[in-house]
Amino acid sequence: MTIVDDPQTRPGGDYEHGRDHEHNPSADAPERPIGFGRLQRKEDPRFVRGQGNYTDDVVLPGMLHGAILRSPVAHARIVSIDTSEALARPGVRAVLTGKDLEPLKLAWIPTLSYDVQAVLATDKVRFQGQEVAFVIADDRYAARDALELIRVDYDILPPVIDVRHALDAGAPIIRDDLEGRTNNHIADWDCGDSVATDAAFAKADVVLKQEIVYPRVHPAPMETCGSVADFNRVSGELTLYVTSQAPHAHRTVIAMVSGIPEHKIRVISPDIGGGFGNKVGIYPGYVLSIVGSIVTGHPVKWMEDRSENLMSTSFARDYIMTGEIAATKDGKLLGIRASVLADHGAFNGVAQPTKFPAGFFNLFPGSYTWEAVYGKVTSVYTNKAPGGVAYACSFRVTEAVYLVERMIDRLAIELNMDPAELRLKNFIKPEQFPYDNKAGFEYDSGQYEKTMRHAMDLIGYDELRKEQAEKRSRGELMGIGISFFTEGVGAGPRKHMDILGLGMADGAELRIHPTGKAVVRISVQSQGQAHETTFAQIVAEEIGIPPEDIEVVHGDTDQTPFGLGTYGSRSTPVSGAAVAMVTRKVRDKARLIAAAMLETRPEDLEWEKGRWFVKGDPSAGKTIQEIALAAHGTMELPEGVDGNLDAEVTYDPPNLTYPYGAYFCVTDIDRGTGKVTVRRFLAVDDCGTRINPMVIEGQVHGGLTDGVGMALMELIEFDSDGNNLGGSFMDYLIPTAMEVPDWETGFTVTPSPHHPIGAKGIGESATVGSPPAIVNSVIDALRPLGVTAMDMPCTPARVWDAMQGHATPPI
Amino acid sequence: MQIPAPFDYARATSVDDAVALLTRYGEDAHVIAGGHSLLPMMKLRLARPDWVIDINDLHDLDYIRRDGDQLRIGALTRHRTLLESAEVLSLFPIVTDAERVVADPIVRNRGTIGGSLCQADPAEDLSTVCTVLGAEAVIHGAAGDRTIGMEEFHRGPYETAVAFNELLTEVRLTIRPRSSSAYEKVERRVGDWAVAAAGAAVTFADDGTLDDVAIGVTAVGLVNRVASAEAVLRGEKPSESAIAEAGRLTGEAVDPDADQRGSVEYKRHLANELTQRVLRRAIARAQGLEA
Ligand SMILES: Cc1cc2nc3c(=O)[nH]c(=O)nc-3n(C[C@H](O)[C@H](O)[C@H](O)COP(=O)(O)OP(=O)(O)OC[C@H]3O[C@@H](n4cnc5c(N)ncnc54)[C@H](O)[C@@H]3O)c2cc1C
Repeated sequence: MTIVDDPQTRPGGDYEHGRDHEHNPSADAPERPIGFGRLQRKEDPRFVRGQGNYTDDVVLPGMLHGAILRSPVAHARIVSIDTSEALARPGVRAVLTGKDLEPLKLAWIPTLSYDVQAVLATDKVRFQGQEVAFVIADDRYAARDALELIRVDYDILPPVIDVRHALDAGAPIIRDDLEGRTNNHIADWDCGDSVATDAAFAKADVVLKQEIVYPRVHPAPMETCGSVADFNRVSGELTLYVTSQAPHAHRTVIAMVSGIPEHKIRVISPDIGGGFGNKVGIYPGYVLSIVGSIVTGHPVKWMEDRSENLMSTSFARDYIMTGEIAATKDGKLLGIRASVLADHGAFNGVAQPTKFPAGFFNLFPGSYTWEAVYGKVTSVYTNKAPGGVAYACSFRVTEAVYLVERMIDRLAIELNMDPAELRLKNFIKPEQFPYDNKAGFEYDSGQYEKTMRHAMDLIGYDELRKEQAEKRSRGELMGIGISFFTEGVGAGPRKHMDILGLGMADGAELRIHPTGKAVVRISVQSQGQAHETTFAQIVAEEIGIPPEDIEVVHGDTDQTPFGLGTYGSRSTPVSGAAVAMVTRKVRDKARLIAAAMLETRPEDLEWEKGRWFVKGDPSAGKTIQEIALAAHGTMELPEGVDGNLDAEVTYDPPNLTYPYGAYFCVTDIDRGTGKVTVRRFLAVDDCGTRINPMVIEGQVHGGLTDGVGMALMELIEFDSDGNNLGGSFMDYLIPTAMEVPDWETGFTVTPSPHHPIGAKGIGESATVGSPPAIVNSVIDALRPLGVTAMDMPCTPARVWDAMQGHATPPI
Repeated sequence: MQIPAPFDYARATSVDDAVALLTRYGEDAHVIAGGHSLLPMMKLRLARPDWVIDINDLHDLDYIRRDGDQLRIGALTRHRTLLESAEVLSLFPIVTDAERVVADPIVRNRGTIGGSLCQADPAEDLSTVCTVLGAEAVIHGAAGDRTIGMEEFHRGPYETAVAFNELLTEVRLTIRPRSSSAYEKVERRVGDWAVAAAGAAVTFADDGTLDDVAIGVTAVGLVNRVASAEAVLRGEKPSESAIAEAGRLTGEAVDPDADQRGSVEYKRHLANELTQRVLRRAIARAQGLEA
C-alpha cells in the first residue's frame, strides 16, 4: 500500500532527510570503522524485517491473560467489590482484589521514592485509572469482557485536582493511609544560597519575575507496558519477561517485595519499543502478573492498552515554576531564583536518586555565571496518576533548562538586547571548568562560546534577524528562538547517588573467544539507543576487533552483570565507561600474553589498534586474535595469568558528564489563526567524543520531535472532577513527520575529562534543549503584539489567546 | 490492545443483501464501511453492535462518475480516491481541499464518503463540503431508492435520515458553470479533527456578480449553511468589505462549545477568519486567478 503524502502541507520539505551540517560523506573514514565512526545499527535488520521480540510476542505453553479493572473516578472510598458474576463467566480463572493481596503483603508496594503505592486499591481509589481488580482468563477477550461484570460500589469523595490548592487548609487529605497525615505535602527541598541571592538581587538594576509552567506530559512510548510472569511451583523460580529499562534493579526490588529469593528470579527485558522513562518504575500490572502466575500455576501475561498507558503510568513534568532574575542594565547576570510547586500525583513514585527529591533541578543556573542562585521545590499529592520523572528529562534537567532559558529571553526583551548577545556575554568560560554552578553541581567541561558562535554561523543568525525585520514591517509574524542548555547526566557517583539504596554503578564483562570474536555483557538495557552497535564500537575502538565480531548481550539478568539500567542518559557515561575499562583490562592482559609469545617483556611492547608489537620493531607483533587463540591454547602462560582473555569491571563514575548544546528555532505564525509552523530547527550538540555520529543524529532527531510535541501540542489535562482528558491519541497529541521541519544538526567536541573515552550522554539532550528554543521562538514571533511570555503547549487556540493579550497557564 | 465487546459479523454480497441483513438483525446491527469511525467507538465500547454488516465487497458502490451536469460518487468511495481524482479537483476543489486535511493517509486509505456522512460527527469535514455543494444523497431501502438534500439528510449530531435498515448508496453533486469552491481547516496537528473549518462555493452570473454563494462551517455548532452571510454577497460583485462582513456574520451565527481545542471566542474568530479565506479563494478560483 502506498501512502499519500501531500508535500504541500509538509513544512520545509525540500529535503528527504535531516541535514547534518558537518557531515561530508566523501570525507568519511572507512565505511566499516573498527571503532568510532558512522556505522549502521546492528539491531536494525531484525526490526525492519519485523523480527523483533517484544514482551507481547512472548507466548508460553498454558499462558493465561490478565486484565485490570480501573477506577472510573479520581477519589472515592471503596464500599464493596462483587466479583461473583465475573468469576462465573466462562474462561475466567481468577479475579483478584486488594483484599486477596493483603495477606500476601502485596496490596501495597514501595515506590522508588520511599513512599508506598497500592497494587490493587484496598481502602480508597486516589486517581482515575487506578488499579482496582485483576481478572485472569484463558484469553485476552474473556479477561476484558469479565471486567464489565465486576461490581464496585464507590463512595465519591471530593478530589484534589488543582495543584495550586493542594496545600489549602481544609483540602481533602489524599493519603490518609499514611500515619498521621494532615495535609497533602510531600517534601520541601532547596539548593543554592538564599541570603547571597537576596544580596545579588538588592544591587541589580533590573529584576524580573515570571511564572513558567511545564505542564504534565506523557512519554507515550510506541510499546505500552506489560509483563509475562512464569512462576515454577516446583523449583520456586520466577521468570519475568517485562518492559523494563532497568532489569537488574527490577529483579532486586521484586525480590524485596515478593519474598522470592533474588537468585530464583530471572528478569528478561526483551526488545523494548521505546521507554523514555516510562519503563523505569514497577507497575502494579507487573506485580499482578506475578501473583497471577503464583495463584494459577500458569504463566500470566498482562499487557496494557493505550489508554491505560496514558492514564496510569508515569507521566512527566507537572512543575509550576516561578523564576526571578536579577541583572545589571548592560546585561550582566547577577542572580536567579526558582521556586517550584510540583504535582507528584497520588503516590510519590518519582524515580530519581534518593538524595535528589527534585532530581537534578540543581542545573537551573544553566550555562551562565551568577553571583548567587537559589532554588526551592515543594512537592504535593493530588488525585492524579503518580510519576514525575519520565520522558527523557535527565532527572528534571528539562524543567531546569526550560526555566533558565525562558528567563534569559524574558530578560533580553526587558533590556532590549539580542538574546544571543545576552547569552554570549554571560557564558561560563572554558578556563573556568571544572565549574561549581553554585547549586551543588560541578560541570566537567565546555566551550560554550565556541559552540554558540558555530551554531549562529550555521543557521545564519544575522540574515535571519534581517529577514525577520522585513517580515515584521509587512505585518508577518516570524520568530527566532534560542536555547543554550547544559545537562548533567550519567548518574552517578555511588557515594552521592542510589535508588532504593542501590548505588548507581554499572558492571561489564568481556570475553574474547579463542577465534578472536567477542561477547560483551552489559547491565543497561536499550530501548532504541542502539547499544548493540555503539557498545561494540567502544570495544572495537579499544581493542581493534571489528564491531561485527562483537556481540552485545543485555536485558537478561541471568546473562549480564548487575547495574542500574538505562535512563537519564546514563548508558554511555556509566556503562559505556565500564565497557571501555573492561576492554582496557583485557588489553592489559593481552599484553602479558603477547610478551610471552614474543619472548620479550610487557613493557617493551607498544599498542596499536588491534595488536601489540615490539617497540622499535613493528614487524614483530601479535594481533589480538592471535593472542586470544594463544590464551586458550597450549602455550605456557606467564605467572598469574589464567587461560582466557576475559575480564569484568564495575564502574563507579567520579562525576556526572555535562553535555550541552546551542539550539535555534525559526517559526512562522499565521496571524489569522494562531497556527505555529516550525520552519527551521538547528541543533548543535557537544556530547564530547562521538562514538557513532549516525546514532547521535538519530537520538537528536527523535528528541527534537519530542520537543516539538511538548512545545506545540502535548498536554495531559484534567477536568475539575479529575477526569483525565488525555486518555487516547485522539486527545493526547504527539507530533508526526508533518509537524517537524527537516532537522539540521551540527556539533563541537569537548571531551569529558573524567570519562575514559571522553564521551557524554546524548540520549536526552534534544528533548531537554528543544522546548525552550521553540517557545522562545513563538514568543519572539509575537513580540510585535506585545507578548513577552506564554506557556506550552502553543496550540493555535493558546497562541491566539496570547495574541489577544490574555495568555493563560495550561494548569 | 483495546478490545470491542463481542459481536457477530456478516458480509453483504449486494446492496439488497445488506438491506435484508439490516432488516433481519434490526437496530443492533451496524453497517461497516471503512470502519474508521465505527471501530474506534467499538474498541472504546461506546458502540456495541450485536451485528456488524460488512459492505466492503460491494465494489459497485465505489465510483466517481460524470453524468450530464452531475458528478455521482458511490458511497463506498474512499477518501483517498477523492483526494487523487483530477476530475474532482477541477470541478469541486473544495473536496480536494478537505480531503487533504481529513485525518491521515492511513484513515484516508479506508474511510469512505458514505461512512463520513452517515457518521454525522459535527467535526466531519465532508458533511460541510456536501452541505456547501448542495449535494443530494441517494438512500436505498427495501422499498427502493429515495433522494434527499443535505438539509434533510442531517438531523443533528450523529443523526441522519438513513433508517437502520437502509443504505446510503450515492452522493450527487451538481456541476455549475462559472463556479468554484474552497475549504480550510485549523487543526492542532495533522490528523486531528477540526478546531474549526469553513467551506464556500460561489457561482458567478455573466455580468460578474455573484449568482449564488454557499457558506458552511465545521465543528462550531452549525449544521446548515450560513444564510445571513451568504445574503451579503449574493447578487453583488465580490468586494473585500462584503467578504469581511460575511465573515463577521458567520462568526456571529455559529454556536461553538469550549473544549481542549479552543475557547468559544477563538472558534467564533476562526469561523469569521476562515470564511473570509475560503470566500476569497473560491472567488479567485472561479475567476481563474488561482488554482
Ligand atoms: C484518527 C482519525 C482521525 C480522523 N480525522 C478526521 C478528520 O479530520 N475529518 C473527518 O472528516 N473525519 C476524520 N476521521 C473520520 C474518517 O473520515 C472516517 O473514515 C469517516 O468518519 C467514516 O468513514 P468510514 O467509511 O470509515 O465509516 P465507518 O466507520 O465504517 O462507519 C461510520 C458510520 O456510518 C455507518 N455507515 C457507513 N457506511 C454507510 C452506508 N453506506 N450507509 C449507511 N450507513 C453507513 C456505519 O454504520 C457507522 O455507523 C478520522 C478518523 C480517525 C480514525
